Amino acid sequence: MWLLMLPALVPVLLFSVGPLLYGIGLAFTDARNVRNHETAFVGLENLVELLGAADFWSSFRIGLIWAVSVTVLQFLAALGLALLLNENLRFRGVARVLAVVPWAMPPVVIGLMWKLVYHPDAGILNSLLGTDVNWLADFSLALPAIIVVGVWTGMPQTTVVLLAGLQGIPKELYEAGEVDGAGRWRRFWNITLPQLRPVIVAITSLDFVWNINQFGLVYVLTQGGPGGQTRLPMLFAYEEAFRYRFAGYASMLGLAMAIVVLAVLGLYLWRQMREAR
Amino acid sequence: MRRLSQYVALVAYIVFLAFPLVWLLSTALKTPQEMALADPTWIPREPTLANFADAFGEQDLVGAAVRSLGVALASSLITVLISLPAAYAIARHRGLVNRIAIGWVLVSQVFPFILIIIPLFMILRDLELVNTLPGLVVVHVTFTLPFALWMLQGYVRAVPPELEEAAAVDGATRLRSIVKVVAPLLAPGVVATLLFAFISSWNEFMFALVILQNPDVMTLPLTLVRFTGPEGVARLGPLAAASLMATIPSLIFFAIIQRRLKSGLMAGAVKG
Repeated sequence: MWLLMLPALVPVLLFSVGPLLYGIGLAFTDARNVRNHETAFVGLENLVELLGAADFWSSFRIGLIWAVSVTVLQFLAALGLALLLNENLRFRGVARVLAVVPWAMPPVVIGLMWKLVYHPDAGILNSLLGTDVNWLADFSLALPAIIVVGVWTGMPQTTVVLLAGLQGIPKELYEAGEVDGAGRWRRFWNITLPQLRPVIVAITSLDFVWNINQFGLVYVLTQGGPGGQTRLPMLFAYEEAFRYRFAGYASMLGLAMAIVVLAVLGLYLWRQMREAR
Repeated sequence: MRRLSQYVALVAYIVFLAFPLVWLLSTALKTPQEMALADPTWIPREPTLANFADAFGEQDLVGAAVRSLGVALASSLITVLISLPAAYAIARHRGLVNRIAIGWVLVSQVFPFILIIIPLFMILRDLELVNTLPGLVVVHVTFTLPFALWMLQGYVRAVPPELEEAAAVDGATRLRSIVKVVAPLLAPGVVATLLFAFISSWNEFMFALVILQNPDVMTLPLTLVRFTGPEGVARLGPLAAASLMATIPSLIFFAIIQRRLKSGLMAGAVKG
């Protein structure tokens, strides 16, 4: 039994569990990501510095706006699409195929593709709207612009999971509802949503975690610009660790984000469970 | 009336999902002269395949594709080889190990990559594996492993243990019953997991960005990003063409495993 586990256990311990613990340890040191640096234990110094840094708070705020709005919009859009796909409509097949394409695409290609859409000269968006805007370089428009891309990218998984959930709701419930004279809306509120609840809680939690840890897509789209307006926490941490080489500081940032995510998730799941009872 | 509004909504979704893809295709088929025009159009006036040929000249795309292919093949094969025995153990012996494994799958989703990539980078540097493809393979295997394990143990569980017991009654050894009875039933699941691991590695950008800094060893996603740089409009055509080509393997493989992936994700979503 343990012999069977061994081949998988060794790499996970060596390159995943080990580094994770090491990384948590690094957060309490002044480690630099350079050769021949004498690393010293500094206690909570990194945390103090982090909490006093204005650029951390602005990145944190942007990260929360991004993660919450993408997760919520993703969910609403995906629920709408899943409900439509669950109906017997024509062209449903087309939508079904299109709905999973973003899932398979490399995030880098998604980023580049949307850069072409948003391109100030050769992009289709300006030509459609008759505007002359440099979407991804505009201080107030860059964040909304990447949020749209985030929703586009993450909709497939959410739609697929919600659709599977919808198809798992027993038909008898709807028939009973109809007998009791419940209209479409009442059936949606009183049957569909409560029945779907465990699936909704699971997928929105996952979406939130994936979104707040997002890196590649936004790195390709804006590199965090303009002026840090789209610098999500992970882009901030990446710059600190691999451009300025403050490994200890960046690790503390990662640890702080992990704690925030766990806290948000814990609160959300706890509330959902209490309400479900 | 209700039907009508449903169709309007469905069409709106199709437009939203499709228009960036159509634009990518349209850009890939345009001549540099047309790209420079003030008012871009959906349908290229003189569609050309020249961008696809030009893409190969712009950067070392062929080399990057070969490297990506190598990394993806190596990491998907290794991932499945080492997770298959573990998946069998987890599926057949419920209990503590099972719970720890599932817990790790979830934890690995929550922790931000930066916490792992910094120490991992330092470890790989000490092992002289930074800027090497084996270094990237190690990282891809480690990070695909939890989900691969999760998928595979689901497939093992779907094979009734009674079949193995029956084989044992007929005098087959444990190993023989696994090879002769379990393996054939497991084959489609193994293929699905292989393809999933392949796509994950082929598409992966973040770890590659940190580990491969030398342009001579960069994988396809990194090379595509280098395309952009201080961009002239003329280069957008080849960029779009290269992006399309880089997507093809993932799309084909994904189409094959789509159904199986759905059920895998559902199992995770409900039990998680």
